[in-house]
Order: sequence, then structure tokens, then C-alpha cells
Amino acid sequence: MTALPDKTERKMGLVIDLDTCVGCHACVVSCKGWNTENYGAPLSDQQPYGADPSGTFLNRVHSYEITPDDGGAAQLVHFPKSCLHCEDAPCVTVCPTGASFKRAEDGIVLVNESDCIGCGLCAWACPYGAREQDAAEGVMKKCTLCVDRIYNENLPQEDRVPACVRTCPAKARHFGDLGDPDSDVSRLVAERGGFDLMPEQGTKPVNKYLPPRPRDSLQSAETEAQETWLEPVAGEAKGFIAWLDRALEKL
Amino acid sequence: MHPAPSVILFTTLSGAGFGLLVFLGAGFPAVTGWVAFVFFAVAYVLAVGGLLASTFHLGHPERAMKAFTQWRTSWLSREGVVSVAALLVMALYGAGLVFQGEARPVLGAVGAVLSLGTVLCTAMIYAQLATVPRWKTWLTPVLFLALALAGGALLAGQVRAALVLLPLAGVVQLLWWLRGDRALARSGTTLASATGLGGGEVRAFEPPHTGSNYLLREFAFQVGRRHALKLRIIALGLGVVLPVVLLLAPGTHVPAALAALSHLAGVAASRWLFFAEAEHVVGLYYGRRGG
Repeated sequence: MTALPDKTERKMGLVIDLDTCVGCHACVVSCKGWNTENYGAPLSDQQPYGADPSGTFLNRVHSYEITPDDGGAAQLVHFPKSCLHCEDAPCVTVCPTGASFKRAEDGIVLVNESDCIGCGLCAWACPYGAREQDAAEGVMKKCTLCVDRIYNENLPQEDRVPACVRTCPAKARHFGDLGDPDSDVSRLVAERGGFDLMPEQGTKPVNKYLPPRPRDSLQSAETEAQETWLEPVAGEAKGFIAWLDRALEKL
Repeated sequence: MHPAPSVILFTTLSGAGFGLLVFLGAGFPAVTGWVAFVFFAVAYVLAVGGLLASTFHLGHPERAMKAFTQWRTSWLSREGVVSVAALLVMALYGAGLVFQGEARPVLGAVGAVLSLGTVLCTAMIYAQLATVPRWKTWLTPVLFLALALAGGALLAGQVRAALVLLPLAGVVQLLWWLRGDRALARSGTTLASATGLGGGEVRAFEPPHTGSNYLLREFAFQVGRRHALKLRIIALGLGVVLPVVLLLAPGTHVPAALAALSHLAGVAASRWLFFAEAEHVVGLYYGRRGG
């Protein structure tokens, strides 16, 4: 049944640091690589070398620009987005076949691809765009939190994290149990003021985002002091230059 | 939302088909024999044809049977279960009328309620989605039911009922549009809440990919404002105004048939707008005002 579990033993998820992310898309590439070769149907591409390339990805990095109200410097924020493994996952309850489910033991939201009819309703129900239907396989694909890595005893301990976390060169992605208030990820969220995406949608996402720290202001005491050096040194023009100036003005 | 022809065809035809079954189940018109056969044939072609059309957009139609299992949580599953129940009960009721010339009113009433239930389930698939603020309202099931009943009355030749139900559906349609135009703004979901970024104006700077993707194809359909207004006028004109005029005109069968066809064309236009104008909040991540 696609009913959600009342409670999950653990809430495994990601914490994404928007202050640290450099927007390199390495997480996108490693995610596509791992998930094409492992759990479920491969992530296909359509016309990868053609005029209109497109493909299935479980993780995508947007970039946003903020112009602060207080006149500070405009800031560019790279914004990786994948399934947030919501506690009240609307994608699970709408599924007519029971293919979508949320695991009671760790809270991971998964798709049983052999039950998926590819109706697309779960993708409609997700406010985050975390589900993409594969155009070649006709089944719904989504982040599995690398369920085939994190418990995989054939891998060395340091590799038992999602591929995106393992690969991030800026250490902007953290993985852990967000249901345990003493876990590293929960402490990080508490210290840095981690927040939910679209809290008004009532999905209670497990994944959290850490806000970017404000950048230096353009109007510091130092820059104000420098402004005096930028006063024009030449006064009113005289002679030939003054005549040329007036002549050009009249044109 | 992308206006998929299969889904527009499905909701338009099956809505009218189940609307007709409601009237037949209630005994309007009280027909038997060959006449009953023709009425039931029309209702089943529309209802079943619509259901079949809806399977065309599935990635794996061969697994469609699995969709009957999750009726406890999923409106889509409920729609499947209730529609099959309605069709089976109405088949028994219809067989009684056609072959035995005998009406079983209890069976008919159960079939009529199940037929109404099917339209309600279809509407709830959309009305449950908080991600599409334009759809998330109790007015959505009211609109679907009003249109299905008006179409059913037309097809069942119930002129007096149609003359009440058609204008009623028109009013609900207008209310639904008026509310819908402000729904996204009122939902409180913005690019700022979607990204959690604040302290200033947030603007989409660069999308994650240079090409298109499933999300943009499925959710980011945009329709021009003026274009939409014209289609709304066409939907109301063909769906409500022209059928009412035709029903008031002299003559019986020809104007009634024209009224039914005009109404179905109008509902199809309204249904196209239902999808094309619906803004999914994921569009915000791509810097669109939904759409």
C-alpha cells in the first residue's frame, strides 16, 4: 500500500550547503554515472549529440542571483536540487499501483520500477521537480539516496555515502540521519540555521539547505575611504580642448 | 501543464459518457429495447473510449491492472475501481432494459451514483495537487460534475434539465477561472520560498541544463494571455451558450444532436485550458511564473 509510514526509525537525508557549493556539477555527473550503472533502469539520454539533447537526471544544479535589499553586493548562489525524501511525501500517496513507497526503516522514498505504469502523477505531485520519467524506459526515476551504496558492505567504509556526497570537491554536501538530533548533520543544521524548501507545501522535507553567508558589502569603511582617491583630478577644460568639447556637444 | 491530447480526450468524453449513464440509471429517459440499446451504446463508447484514451499516455500500459490496488490512498486508483464498478453495474441494468424490457430501479440508482463517483474521482486527481494551485480547490470537482451532468442531460435528451444544468455549469466555469487566475499568487509559493533565499530579490540566473528536460516538457507549458481569453470565450460559447440557443430552437433531433456536439467541443476547449493554463510550482525553479 502506498500509505506513508507513521514514523520512520531514521530519517536519512542530505544537508546541502549553499554557502560552499561552487556550482561545478560534479554531483550531477557522479549521480548520473552511478545510477545509470546500478539500481534500476539506466538514466537514458535522447539525442545526446543531436540538435535537441535531453536526458534523465536525478540531481540538477540551478543558479540564482540575489540582489540584497540593503545595497550589498549581488550574490550568485548555486543550488543543487534532488529528492528531499519528504516525511509527508505527496508523490507516494498519489501512486495508483504501489510502485512508490517510503521505507519505514530509514525514510528513503523509492520506486519499484517493475510496478510503475509511468502515469507521471507522482511527478505532478512533487513540488520540487525531483522525479523525472525516463523517456526510454517509461518508468519514473528519482534519487534513491544511493541505497545501493550506503549499506553496501562490498564498498570501503568511506564510499558508503551517496555518490554526490562522495564526489563533492567543495564538501558542500553532507549525508546522515536527520532524525537523530545528535548526528553531525543535525548539529550542522542547528548551527547554521538549515531550512526547508517550500515549507508552505506541507511536505516536511528531510533534506535541509544551509543559507549562504552574506558577502562583503560594497560600502565598507575601506571602500568609502578609497572613494576620495577616485575624485576627478582634471578641472574644467580650457583652450582648444574646451572648444572641441563644445563643438562635439552641439553635433 | 502540458495539455496532453489523450488526457483532454479522456476527461471530456468519459465525463459526458458517465454523465449520460447517471441519467440512464435514474430512468431519464425511461427507454427499453432498441432505443435503450442505442443510448447505452453511446454512453459506453464515450466512457470506455475515454478510459482507453487515458492509457495512451502511460509509459507501461500493459501494467495498467496494477492501478486497481491502491484505492485506499490514491484518487487515480479509486477512479479505476469506481469506473469499472459503474460500467459493470450499468451493463447489468442496461441488459435488463434492452433484453427484458424491465427496469431495476435499485441497480440503476447504484449505477448512477457510481457514475457520478467516477467523475468525482477524476476531478479529485487534479484537485488534490497542492503543486498546481489553480486546481487545488473544491470548485474543481464541482466544475467536473457540473459539466458531466450538463453533457449527460444533453445526450439523454432531457431538455428541461439541460436548460438548467448548462447555465449552472457556465457559472461554475466562470467562478473557477476567476479564482484560478489568482490562485498561484495566493498560494504563497514563490521563487523565494522555493529556494529559501531571502534578504533581497531572487532571480533565476542560469538553468541546470542548456536543453529541455522532462520537467519543462511536462510542467512548463505557457499559453498567451490573449490567446487564453479567446479560448475561454470559445469554450463558453460552444459549451453553454450555443447548446442553450439550439435547445430553445424549434425542431427535435437535429438541433439536439448539434447542441451535444457543440457542448463536447466547448468542454474540450475548456479542458485544454484546464491543463495549458495550470501553473505547476516547479516552474518557479526555472524562473517562470509557474506555467
